[in-house]
Amino acid sequence: MSLRRPAKNQPENFEFNSSSLEAANQIISKYPKGKKQSAVMALLYIAQKQNNNWIPLAAMKYIGKFLDMPYIKVYEVATFYTMYNLAPVGKYFVQVCTTTPCMIRGAYKLVEACKEKITENESELSRDKSCSWMEVECLGACVNAPMMQINDDYYEDLDKEKTLKILDKILNGETPKPGSYRGRINNEPENNRKTLMDLKNA
Amino acid sequence: MLKDQDRIFQNLYNDLGPDIASSQKRGDWINTKDLTSKGRDWIINEIKDSQLRGRGGAGFPTGLKWSFAPKELGSRPHYLVINGDESEPGTCKDRDILRFEPHKLIEGCLLASYAVQAHVCYIYIRGEYFVDGQKLQAAIDEAYEKNLIGKNAAGTGWDLDIYIHYGAGAYICGEETALLESIEGKKGQPRLKPPFPALIGLYGCPTIINNVETIAVVPTILRRGGKWFASLGREKNTGTKIFCISGNVNNPCNVEEEMNIPLKELIEVHAGGVIGGWDNLQAVIPGGSSMPLIPKEKCETLTMDFDSLMAEKSGLGTAGIVVINKDQDIIKCMARIARFYKHESCGQCTPCREGSGWMWRMLERMAKGEASRDEIDMLGDVTNQIAGHTICAFGEGSSWPVQGLLRHFSKEIKKRNKFDPIIKEQKDIPYLVDQHLLDKNA
Repeated sequence: MSLRRPAKNQPENFEFNSSSLEAANQIISKYPKGKKQSAVMALLYIAQKQNNNWIPLAAMKYIGKFLDMPYIKVYEVATFYTMYNLAPVGKYFVQVCTTTPCMIRGAYKLVEACKEKITENESELSRDKSCSWMEVECLGACVNAPMMQINDDYYEDLDKEKTLKILDKILNGETPKPGSYRGRINNEPENNRKTLMDLKNA
Repeated sequence: MLKDQDRIFQNLYNDLGPDIASSQKRGDWINTKDLTSKGRDWIINEIKDSQLRGRGGAGFPTGLKWSFAPKELGSRPHYLVINGDESEPGTCKDRDILRFEPHKLIEGCLLASYAVQAHVCYIYIRGEYFVDGQKLQAAIDEAYEKNLIGKNAAGTGWDLDIYIHYGAGAYICGEETALLESIEGKKGQPRLKPPFPALIGLYGCPTIINNVETIAVVPTILRRGGKWFASLGREKNTGTKIFCISGNVNNPCNVEEEMNIPLKELIEVHAGGVIGGWDNLQAVIPGGSSMPLIPKEKCETLTMDFDSLMAEKSGLGTAGIVVINKDQDIIKCMARIARFYKHESCGQCTPCREGSGWMWRMLERMAKGEASRDEIDMLGDVTNQIAGHTICAFGEGSSWPVQGLLRHFSKEIKKRNKFDPIIKEQKDIPYLVDQHLLDKNA
């Protein structure tokens, strides 16, 4: 299990804005009548998106009321799943995968790059407060290792140099192009493809 | 090597585009109505004939699973749930299906829903695959537009709604009952079985849960016949499978191949060989991180299917092959996997919650050479205390890789950790409770 603590400084109030409200009601309609609780995970995402990528306790209380479920049940869900940020993260939130398949292809070089460019410690905001990074467990792009995720996008087939360049860009407020940094558009064996050749040349 | 026309996922490398028009050119959706008009029993029997086994790791026969669903629709609705919570280190096959072959999955959902009489299908996708999930959502919207799903889906007379439910970074939600808890809006902690989900599952209703790849191969099996599928591979390990080859190989890749293909062929032909040559190979994890590793000597002749790997005390799992060469420290690699399991344990059962941390800390010390000689046996003991003593299979999944390391690399560990425990060094340590054992006169 992982240790997860809510931030010390919490805002007093939280309410969905009109677009969040619309999205939330649409999500609830996906589930059977009387099973509103199923929407809690999606609603936490909506709250997180609305609130600069983290979820304050006030939002959990609000969602609890919104779905007619006890606050503690929302709190349980928010603290159980690791993709809900309980404390502020950067506008650019960098997650480096360091699980074994990435590790043996040099994921810790990416961690070094993050330490050099962003902050020495993980889960801390950079000096201009725009960026933070953390090590995460397998992100499910093992044949594109090493890789990292920035907000919703995957950056694949990296090495330290390429990572430094990406981090320079985000520290300048630009969003770099996601995807493979060796030019792969899929998971075929590079320059060594032996299957479905007719389709490739078609 | 498998013939190209026998590959199910023609668009695995996105040469043709994932949209509906190109999917239909590849044969998706062309005669869905004819397939369902042959009836539920025909569909289930055809899947049984194909001997398709679940692609999510456990390898349970799919046709048999479907036949567990109640034959008559009672007062409770039936549900179909698709497991796309792919989080096993080394595995990234479902992602390619979601983004490049979404219509195979959606059509499979319709056929499977028809067979088990479900009107609602939830596709559970891990939260990190948000972008790929959006691509699947686009394909679902396309299918609704063309009336392929929704009311009277594809002219079959069956109503089906498909919804995506995003996870939020919990590996354990790949376990089917934890996944159901997660859809119900709770912590993803597995349920006790029985009752099995086929009778009491999502919201207490009969629920069939299948992996993305399992469902995506269903339309092709029904079109070409269960016999065709069963003719590939070998008895009880039939058909094709997407293998993900990652780690220290020259060309890491996903490739669809026949079951029972030699491991060496996968690595040498498709993945461009081990970095530093075949002799530089140290070990291979054959089926995602939960499966015990296989040392080089056995890799020469190993074939990749459920039963032959079981005979090697390992397993096919999700077919995520992680190749580890001699430049890597094998103990460190396994310590990192142990850390993964420590992080992902849901905390429900004590042996797993505590034991996964113990295993990680011991392995970290062993990697540094700070463990004592008798700790190697102690570690083996810890793994045995976890495996089989938990509600779900996470206990086995976390202890098997450690057992694999102990089975094949205990020499390596002993070489690095050679000092005796403190008690044998006859040191006078006042706080040591076993001090009395040092008494020579006793």
